[in-house]
This record gives sequence, C-alpha cells and structure tokens, in this order.
Amino acid sequence: MKRPPTPLLGGLAILGLMVAFAVAPDVFSPYDPLAFDFSALLAPPSWAHPFGTDQFGRDLLSRSISAAAIDLQIAVFATFFPGTLGALLGLLIGWYGGLADAVIGRLMDLVATFPFLVLVIAIVAILGPGLANMYVAITIVGWVPYARLMRSEAMVQKNGEYVAACKVLGYSTPRILFRHILPNAIRPVLVYAVTAMALAILLGSSLGYLGLGAQPPTAEWGVLIADGKNFFTTAPWIALFPGTVIVIAGLGFSLTGDGLADLLEVKR
Amino acid sequence: MSRGAWLLARLAQIVPTFLLIGIAVFVLARLLPGNAVMAMLGERGTDEMVARLTASLGLDKSIFAQFVAFLEGVASGRLGDSLAFRIPVTRLIAERLPVTMLLTGLAVAFALAAAVPLAFVAALNANRWPDLLIRAIFQVGLSSPIFYVGLVLLTVFAAWLRLFPVGGYGDTMWEHIYHLFLPAITLGLSFAAIVMRNLRAAILGVINAEYVDFARAKGLRGSVILLRHVLRNALIATVTLVGLEIGSLLGGAVITETVFAVPGVGRLMVDSIFARDYPVIQALTLALAVFVSLAFLLTDLVQMWLDPRVGR
Repeated sequence: MKRPPTPLLGGLAILGLMVAFAVAPDVFSPYDPLAFDFSALLAPPSWAHPFGTDQFGRDLLSRSISAAAIDLQIAVFATFFPGTLGALLGLLIGWYGGLADAVIGRLMDLVATFPFLVLVIAIVAILGPGLANMYVAITIVGWVPYARLMRSEAMVQKNGEYVAACKVLGYSTPRILFRHILPNAIRPVLVYAVTAMALAILLGSSLGYLGLGAQPPTAEWGVLIADGKNFFTTAPWIALFPGTVIVIAGLGFSLTGDGLADLLEVKR
Repeated sequence: MSRGAWLLARLAQIVPTFLLIGIAVFVLARLLPGNAVMAMLGERGTDEMVARLTASLGLDKSIFAQFVAFLEGVASGRLGDSLAFRIPVTRLIAERLPVTMLLTGLAVAFALAAAVPLAFVAALNANRWPDLLIRAIFQVGLSSPIFYVGLVLLTVFAAWLRLFPVGGYGDTMWEHIYHLFLPAITLGLSFAAIVMRNLRAAILGVINAEYVDFARAKGLRGSVILLRHVLRNALIATVTLVGLEIGSLLGGAVITETVFAVPGVGRLMVDSIFARDYPVIQALTLALAVFVSLAFLLTDLVQMWLDPRVGR
C-alpha cells in the first residue's frame, strides 16, 4: 500500500460532496427546485441565484443539487446491474470453461460488435424511454467487460493452491466459487466499476439529453441541459452550469478510479 | 500458420459474425412489447390497416419463415420502407451514411492531429509541467459529455463569434467540411484524449525498450530514433485503437448530430425513435454493426501490414 495520491483524494472529495447533495439536498439548496418565481424569469447568475434561473424562474443551483440524487443513482445502477450480471457470468465460465465458455464468448464478441450507444438506444426505443428501461438496456449491453475481466481472473484463481485445498476439504462448488474465488478475483472488477461510473454519468445524462433517459420534470443534469438548449444564445447559463457540474462529477469518478487502480496496483 | 492462411481465416470469420448480427437484430425487433404492428400504427389503426400491415411485414408467417425472409431481404438489400419518410430504408441510409462517415473521419483526423504531437511532448517531458498540463486538459475532455462540449462550442463559436454555422450540412464538399468543423471537434475530443493517453504510455514503453538502446548505441541521432523506431511502433498501437473505438465514435456521432442538426444516420436514429419508425431503427442497428465489424477487419489487416509479428 502506498500513500493515497492527491488526485484520489480530490476525486473522493468530489464524490463525498455529491453524496451529501444526494442525501440531504434541502440542506444545500437555497430554494425549492420546483418552485416557479415569475419575478425572476431567465435571471442571469447573481448573489441571489448563483447559477441563474430558467424560463420559469426556477433556481438552477437548487435544481442542479436536487439532480445529484438521480445522477448518483444512474452512476451506481448503470454499473451495479451490468457489473453483477457480467461478474457472475464471468465467474461461472471462468470456472467451468468448455461449451458454456465458448457460447458466452461468442455472445460477448457479438455484443461488442454493436456500437455501445447505438444498441442501448435501439433497446430503449423498443422498451420505451425512461430510467428503468435505460437500466435494462445498459445491463443487456454493458455486462461484457465485467465478464471478460472476471473470467480471466477466475481462470487464474482456480489453479491456486487454496482452491486445491478447498477441494481436498470437500467444500461444495458454490462455496469455493463465492466464498473463496470471488473475493480474490473481484478487485480488478471493482476498480473497473469505479471508472465505469464516470462513463455511466456521461451516458445517463446523454440519454436524458436525448429524451430517452430520465423524463422531465425529474431534475437530471442531462435533462436540465436539454431544457436550456433553446436558450443558449439568450440565457446560456441554463445549460452551462449543469454541464459544468457533470464534468466535475465525471472527474470525481475517473480520478477516484485511476487513483484506486494505482493504489491497489491493478493493471489495466 | 502462414500469413496467407491467417488472412484467409480472418476473412472467413466475417461470415458467422454477419449471421450472428442478423439473428441479434431479428430477435431485437421481435422483442417489441405487444404487437409490432400496433406499436407502429398506434391509436389510429383500424382492423383492416392492422391486417394489411401484418401481412405486408410477413408477421402472419412462422417465426422461422420470418427469419428466412428477413435474411433474404438483408442479402438483397430490401429492408422495408420507412414509415415516416415513405421511401425504402436502404435508400434513406445510403443518403445519410456518407454524412456520418465524413463527420467521423474528420473527427478522427482532428483527434490524431492534436493527440499525436501532444503525446510526444507529454512523453518526452514525462511528469514535468507540459506533461501534467496536457494530461489535465485531456482528463477534463474525457469527463465532458459530448452534448455539453457541443453546446459550448455552438454558443461560443457559432452564436457569439459567428465563425461557424449553427447547424446543417451545406451543398459542396468545402461547405460540408465547414459545417462539420465544430461537430468533428466535439466528437473527436474524447477520442483524442484516449489516443493521447495510450500513445504517451506506448512511447514511454518504447523509449525504454532494448532496440532503442541498440539504435542509440549504433550512433543514430535522437530524432531519427524517434521517427523511425518509436513512431512506427507507437502508431501500431494507435491504429488498433482507432479500430476498437470506431463503435464509440459512431455512438458519439448520434449525439453530435443531434446537437448540431447534422443530417446523418445518428440523427436519423434518434428521430426514428420518436417517430416510432421501427424499420429504420432495425436497419440502422444492422448497418452500423456490420460497419463496425468491417472496421475491426480493416484494423486487423492494417495491423498485419504494419506489424510483421502479426500472423506469423
């Protein structure tokens, strides 16, 4: 273990702030994020409204803060569901090999042939727009890298001496797989997942922007930017501030992911 | 295995890949909740219209017969008509695909033009301020969503400075490039960041490799070593990256084209979703997957040509 590097601490600080916004938005928001204020329509940034207001006079700082919960949820769910599915499949095919490995292997090649976003969009088109369907689509498309990572780790671990010892002791296969191999093989998968959360935020907000992810009036950063795009010549702050927030959140996850990879010496 | 045999084996792989893509897209299209016909017609459909569309789509036949008909259609380039545009889907895609290819090509060109020299500057100054600055800028680029970068460029360079058009495509080749300038920079940014990062690591790896020490021991000058040995090997890694990233570039093109109102297949895809134009979505998914697998093939071929170790 090395000393935690500064970028990692910076990333963790950003994530901590995001979690605080998500858990207790009311503590940080100066206004009700949904309240209309007809005396301050399209108000530029000021001391009263640091991020300005939108066409309904809603305070954009408060809206950006209340959106943190949804975007944090996107970062976690859009990584957790494909990560769990991929890690389980990877563990099983890494352990058993043979036909299952060959079939899942071809399936992974096939999914990788489709442009990621195009396939996600096509599936959302079939299921219908919305957050839940977005998670389904991302899971169907996104499990592959986790499965690949887990498969190769499991293949290394299953030849370890401790696995031979487990077999001698007569442990059942599920016990060996989940109590012994999984904890030893999961580290690269977890590190990858943190970096993938940065991409998940970008993906989720992109789908929100296109109108395929979170639906208005839910405050989600991509949706906020989509709301502001028609005002970008007259009131650019509507889109610019939530956009800057996305960049900072993305940086938080990628700095944390890179820092963890360095710290734990995971090769990528 | 000889190079020729390797080449043949690699070319033969494309057949099962295409077949699997076909099956996947076919299954995807059959996953429509409820009835595809009802989804297409919506509330307006009368019983007669439903019956006619069901028959014309062949949905009254067995699933296997439908799949055979689907494959025949794909093979002969008949993928149905767009419900929104009332013209064959293949014609629609043939009109729009060159726009997306030009956009993606320009994005790759811009990205390489920026990333390759900067990667050398960064690697040769590893962990000093030029390196840290370049890496910090690209780190921010990697964390920026495409639609946001696009909106910022649009606001600054099109709306305020009026240097570029707000959207559209123009009529001549020069107008196309002029219109696609900001979109290509937008699309190329995160790709440039990935290329820079990988190329920097590759150069650092090569600089410390034995053959570079050997070249230096032979008395070759630094710049010669850099160009002939380091660049060549680092480029192999970059070519691979272009091939691997072509899918995410096409995905990014969907968003870029939507932001800049570029009439390519990406924008067509998003428009088709809101118009419930399922034949177009199906055909586009198919076409883009085929395009990506061809790009993978091309990457392998270029790699074989650049790197004598491949296929030996």
